[in-house]
Amino acid sequence: MTDHAINAPATKQASASLIYDPKVRSIFYQVLTVVIILVAGLWIAHNVSSNLARSNTATGFGFLAGRSGFDIGQSLISYTSDSTYGRAIVVGFLNTLMVAVTGIFTATIVGFIIGIGRLSKNWLIAKLCTVYVEIFRNIPPLLVIFFWYSGVLAVLPQPRDAINLPFSTFLSNRGLTFPATIWGAGAWMLPIAIIVAIVIAVVFRKWSMTRQMATGQQLPNGWISAAIIIGVPLLFFFAIGAPLTFDFPVEGRFNLSGGANIRPEFVALYLALSLYTAAFIAEIIRAGIRGVGKGQTEAAAALGVQPSKITRLVVVPQAFRIIIPPLTSQYLNLTKNSSLGVAIGFPELFSTGSTSLNQTGQAIEMITIMLTIYLSISIATSLFMNWFNAKMALVER
Amino acid sequence: MKKTYLSAAIGAAVLGFASAASAATLDDVKAKGFVQCGVNTGLAGFAQPDASGAWKGFDVDYCKAIAAAVFGDATKVKFTPTTAQSRFTALQSGEVDVLARNTTWTISRDTALGFNFRYVNYYDGQGFMVPKSLNVKSALELSGAAVCVQSGTTTELNLADYFKSNNLQYNPVVFEKLEEVNAAYQAGRCDVYTTDQSGLYATRLALSNPDEHVILPEIISKEPLGPAVRQGDDKWFDIVTWAGYALVQAEEFGITQANVDEMKNSTNPDVRRFLGVEKDTKIGTDLGLTNEWAYNIVKGVGNYGDVFERNIGTGSPLKIARGLNALWSKGGLQFAPPIR
Repeated sequence: MTDHAINAPATKQASASLIYDPKVRSIFYQVLTVVIILVAGLWIAHNVSSNLARSNTATGFGFLAGRSGFDIGQSLISYTSDSTYGRAIVVGFLNTLMVAVTGIFTATIVGFIIGIGRLSKNWLIAKLCTVYVEIFRNIPPLLVIFFWYSGVLAVLPQPRDAINLPFSTFLSNRGLTFPATIWGAGAWMLPIAIIVAIVIAVVFRKWSMTRQMATGQQLPNGWISAAIIIGVPLLFFFAIGAPLTFDFPVEGRFNLSGGANIRPEFVALYLALSLYTAAFIAEIIRAGIRGVGKGQTEAAAALGVQPSKITRLVVVPQAFRIIIPPLTSQYLNLTKNSSLGVAIGFPELFSTGSTSLNQTGQAIEMITIMLTIYLSISIATSLFMNWFNAKMALVER
Repeated sequence: MKKTYLSAAIGAAVLGFASAASAATLDDVKAKGFVQCGVNTGLAGFAQPDASGAWKGFDVDYCKAIAAAVFGDATKVKFTPTTAQSRFTALQSGEVDVLARNTTWTISRDTALGFNFRYVNYYDGQGFMVPKSLNVKSALELSGAAVCVQSGTTTELNLADYFKSNNLQYNPVVFEKLEEVNAAYQAGRCDVYTTDQSGLYATRLALSNPDEHVILPEIISKEPLGPAVRQGDDKWFDIVTWAGYALVQAEEFGITQANVDEMKNSTNPDVRRFLGVEKDTKIGTDLGLTNEWAYNIVKGVGNYGDVFERNIGTGSPLKIARGLNALWSKGGLQFAPPIR
């Protein structure tokens, strides 16, 4: 009887308040979310297909194999107006990669220097670095790009009055023109020589470490490795008879003809993206270094480690664990911001992509292609940085 | 229960969207009370906002003519500035009702892009502009030059074809917006500026030192510029086309903005039919408009000659000669099919 009295209200409550059951509620909202997303997706797909059918526009990806008909100013692979739309997109993709890779490289170095500089005990250096960060961090990247582009165009002279630098190199508002390298017979062996040199350097380093462990004597590892990596290929190069000639730029009627050229659009975009992103990286570095406990520095000093080595061997490796995850998102930002190059006429992916879009009118296909490519670049960068992060992470025992 | 309501609501939204989007353009235009016209972001003489922000120009007046034909009021028009890149998407997506943006009529735009062209409001051709200091006399001397060009235009394609067929080298410097091309040319980033000749005259005027630039004699392409509409709406296409022809026909009849009211008393049956005063005329109503449609156009913006001279001809700083755009009876190509 008493059992009944206690159980009856309990079962009643359970059946009445299914909506108050957190588990049921959670499942309900998840199902609801999935349904909303699916219906929205179907709705969009339905609209797109019916709108396309009604507007009589051509559809499909067949246009990629068609002749593009337009020229591109800067290309890493051979490209003419006879090439296909597909190739035009590849040209843009490679240009995007070029500016992303060079930009990330420079931004990291500059960011590192500025970030450490801001922590400097030297008042002037610390303040200069602070000013740098505050300026670049607070200006939209598009303006920074325009600033550098108009700066490059305004400051540099016309090609007819180009500044003549050593080694037949010319600087003008058409960019930096320098002798192009023409490799002769046997030159294909040079990359092999460089790889061999790197292998030798690695082996040497291992040996040197073992030796240091055994005897306590240190060798100038950095210098010796550098000498091996540069010296071995150089010796090899002369041994096979220096198969290298140059195509020197000569003054034509309008421009310098011949030679290789770095266009001002690339320089402006590269400088703008590198210096802009460097400001953010500097702050990440500073935060990372600050995040390493003071006790670590003090402990190293107590053990008699030189101050310069404390930063390099104790602080920085630990700071890296804090730095890498936010650094990844800065790298992704830089890559995505490279699409702003379209504003100054740098033929990156978005630029060649939207020209193709406009000539063919196939907006949905082209936007899909561009989205996919940017997404792939970003995911690849993320994967690499995650791998790097895992490698640097604290190994717990 | 919740879910049922939701899916019902979404289902209704799907149907609602689909049916709304497939309505006829003329009905849409009448319902919202104005024509949405896609124009250039800023090309002197063709479409440019003046000091007070009001749009002025040759293409703008053409948009006003359509508004006059539909509403009897040339001011019932709104303008959407479009770049060379965004113009086609704007028309395809229905953001604008008509695109009057010095756009070249080509077969691929007529077919693959899903547009319709018929009326040509300006016969143009592509040319080159260079600084006088370069001392260039012909486009054939341009080998090795850096050429500024707007991306996504027929100009960009013609340029590639012309230099290729003449075995000339060049270095394209491509921008999306006209203002960026102008700035780059002005800054000396390139030696040559190429676009339609009308555009070159307009651009030269906007440079800080117009006298130091020369337009080369070569015309390397045919560029018939005209309004475009989406395919699949013949009624709207007819209105857009005949609004243009009405401008040309008015010039041929000698009807101007000033004398259009007098001309209503004309004894010429062609003129009377055109202005909608002939008894039993059904031209306007067959178009889906009123019989005063052509009268309203001329009253609102004048005839083709008025529009031309006011915006780009002798009455403007551009001072472009009529040339190919003279009436057919005066040796040009402007020819309206009979309005009867």
